[in-house]
Amino acid sequence: MSKYLFICLSLFYFTARGQESVKLPELQKLINDGSRVNVVNFWATWCGPCVKELPFFEKVNAQNKNVNVLLVSMDYDLDPNPDKVKKFIERKKLQSKVVILTEENPSSWIEKLDKNWSGALPATLVVNPTTKKRKLIEGELKEGDLEKIIESISQ
Amino acid sequence: MKKWFVFSLVLLGLTALRPAPSGYQLGDTVLDFKLKNVDDKSVALADYNKSKGIILIFDCNTCPMSKAYNSRIIALHKKFASQGFQVMLINPNSAEVVEEESFDEMKQYAKSHKYDFPYLYDESQETVKKFMPTNTPHVFILKNTGSAFTVAYIGAIDDASNPSKVKQRFVEAAVGDLLAGKTIANPKTKAIGCSIKWKDS
Repeated sequence: MSKYLFICLSLFYFTARGQESVKLPELQKLINDGSRVNVVNFWATWCGPCVKELPFFEKVNAQNKNVNVLLVSMDYDLDPNPDKVKKFIERKKLQSKVVILTEENPSSWIEKLDKNWSGALPATLVVNPTTKKRKLIEGELKEGDLEKIIESISQ
Repeated sequence: MKKWFVFSLVLLGLTALRPAPSGYQLGDTVLDFKLKNVDDKSVALADYNKSKGIILIFDCNTCPMSKAYNSRIIALHKKFASQGFQVMLINPNSAEVVEEESFDEMKQYAKSHKYDFPYLYDESQETVKKFMPTNTPHVFILKNTGSAFTVAYIGAIDDASNPSKVKQRFVEAAVGDLLAGKTIANPKTKAIGCSIKWKDS
């Protein structure tokens, strides 16, 4: 009984924090599957330009119900302890879904997320699971860029 | 007529498949370059034509990944300079985009980290564009063939930015292969890093 309660509590804890750890196969599904366009941002708490552009994703998450916004933290490579990411989510009051990719050796999986990705942060990947259309942008987005990309991939 | 149509389609397809303009690839010959070092003297690649090669790293003052790798970069120089492969850094970032990447800041950074190898400034980013690094730190190992430098390795220093997690030291292994006269077993790798700060972007 107490074990069951513990599981329930920890489930609630992770849901409440809006953050969970994922492995590569799960993340690939989150990126490539589903019925809506997936708007995926690869970021890290240490990456200044990433932090700067996060509000663009929060805005899309709040206003566009036709897309799934997913913020993928790449913090694990430098700092395996998820506390920094959790605190960051709380402080910034992020509403979008956040996952932390907990895989070693980035060289072995960077191209499995998108064959054109160099590994540079920030990177944004917009995928239409129905048409298989996808677009990868490396570097910081400007205001309005994200909406244009979503529009072209949604068609 | 139909033949021509198919032919045009094939041509179109080929054009569409051509990769976007990029920098030096593995095996390419590197043109000489001359850049200003943090000691105010010019450094040219040709100055090293007696070396076995160069561990050229695009690295900067501000990227947290560069900071995480700083002591490992210094260690690479310590280990391999005496064996003919010394470290050379070029800052690929524009100070017009990030102020802290200025030449003055580079001088201070090199001094405080006691760099005993070049840390080069490329104000125009013209040399950087020939290599097209994608992130900092990004390594290009150049091999001296006797008549020219060619690109022997492109990628990451190792497999984890957190030093306690490192299992594979890619650059050490690659230079080791070159010193042993072998083909580099793993000549292309990738890393999570900071994007390059290009002018006018």
